[in-house]
Amino acid sequence: MAAKKNGKSSHKSNLSFQGWRRENKRVGVRNHVIILPLDDLSNAACEAVANNIKGTMALPHHYGRLQFGEDLDLHFRTLIGTGSNPNVAAVVVIGIEDGWTKRVVDGIAKTGKPVVGFGIEGHGDIATIAKASYKAKEFVQWASELPREECGIEDLWVSTKCGESDTTTGLGSCPTVGNMYDKLIPKGIYGVFGETTEITGAEHICKERAATKAIGEKWYKVWKAYQDDVIEAYKVDDLSESQPTKGNIAGGLSSIEEKALGNLEKIGRSCTYIDVLGPAEAPAAGPGLYYMDTSSAAAECVTLMAAGGYVVHTFPTGQGNIIGNPIVPVVKISANPKTLRTMGEHIDVDVTGILRRDMTLDTAGDSLIDMVMRTANGRLTAAEALGHREFVMTKLYRSA
Amino acid sequence: MVFYKSEGQQPLAYTQTKSSAKGEARVSIPQFLVHSPKDNVGVVVVEDLKAGTDMLGVITETDTTVRVKARQDIPIGHKVALKDLKAGDTVIKYGEDIGKMVGVAATGEHVHVHNHKTKRW
Repeated sequence: MAAKKNGKSSHKSNLSFQGWRRENKRVGVRNHVIILPLDDLSNAACEAVANNIKGTMALPHHYGRLQFGEDLDLHFRTLIGTGSNPNVAAVVVIGIEDGWTKRVVDGIAKTGKPVVGFGIEGHGDIATIAKASYKAKEFVQWASELPREECGIEDLWVSTKCGESDTTTGLGSCPTVGNMYDKLIPKGIYGVFGETTEITGAEHICKERAATKAIGEKWYKVWKAYQDDVIEAYKVDDLSESQPTKGNIAGGLSSIEEKALGNLEKIGRSCTYIDVLGPAEAPAAGPGLYYMDTSSAAAECVTLMAAGGYVVHTFPTGQGNIIGNPIVPVVKISANPKTLRTMGEHIDVDVTGILRRDMTLDTAGDSLIDMVMRTANGRLTAAEALGHREFVMTKLYRSA
Repeated sequence: MVFYKSEGQQPLAYTQTKSSAKGEARVSIPQFLVHSPKDNVGVVVVEDLKAGTDMLGVITETDTTVRVKARQDIPIGHKVALKDLKAGDTVIKYGEDIGKMVGVAATGEHVHVHNHKTKRW
């Protein structure tokens, strides 16, 4: 069947999937009802609600108190973005007090999806859990009847970030993602890559891959700011065992430059990035590849990209990073035969054939695209089946 | 043809000596790969590589082959020197600068954190 949406013709692609088109027309590939804490104090109530109402999911995290300025803005942007992600059908927000809780609710409500908030102060956990549970039950029963519809590939937003990298990621799994982007970006999808520190050593190449000189300069400023304000300000050594990590080193990487060059293989050969996003910022310049200023830590980065609105994540790994995300399916790709042999249950796409030279990059890219489409159609990823739901807020500085 | 294995990955056999059922014409599986012809290191891509192995390498950018004798046991994923490297030399991979030697590595020896480090930070 041809994909025909919003009057668009199906000429773009014969790749289509069954998704949930939300109130704001964005398409999700999952149908979660989430119980979202504003702050650390509200995790217990959220977990109680999720325990009461089957089919809902709590997203506990560590922060939300006494933050201010840019750090607080990022906190709100991450929570609102998470609730707004089209993989989420409806949201119950619980916070210690009403004011900031309402701010998150109002932000998510802009998408048009059902969202409600509860403050704990003045009521206590038990009464709040009871009220929130009634709402969660209503939401999850409503969501369970939402129909899926056929959507074209241009409705798919696919992010990428690699982890526990080794030399096989630069040879195999990262260029596989690059091959996917080279094929799908021209079909009108949204893509995103990030990991600001892990471009160090390849910054000259990354700057050149911007669509325009001005965007390249914008990117360079972001990269340089982290070097100057964080690395240079806080480093006590050459970052051995942090960048590269112990796992990277075990896998054969021995410098940040080597790691960065492998990392950047994820953006392929031909696509250029069309804008530079702040952490958790939603892209606003139309379809294409974006850069997002993120940490290189897997859970933080994927959480930020999910908050930016991406619905499927592609994750190359060498040594075997096991990360998942509560709302976004994380598709793992590996070219390392030892990793496939020793922990293959975590890997969705095996591209070890690239190392044996019996699988071309083109074939590997096609098999990843196939797995992305299957995932969009509902196949549970390894991380989903294994229960990985890492949700980690990025904190910019100490709270007040 | 489906190349990925979505379920139940199995151990993969690498031994080059295992000749293909289709006969001698089968291309040998390389023991190491090199990104660019400019590189002075390659990456070992097989497990249990032993010192003394006459290794077949492929330069992926040009799809050309190269042979180097391993002088040490080198773990999968780790780098092998393609020429004699001394302290201070720039290590080239992907055709780019990936840091400097802080020790020596003769051709066929292991290049890693004991003799290579970043020029940054």
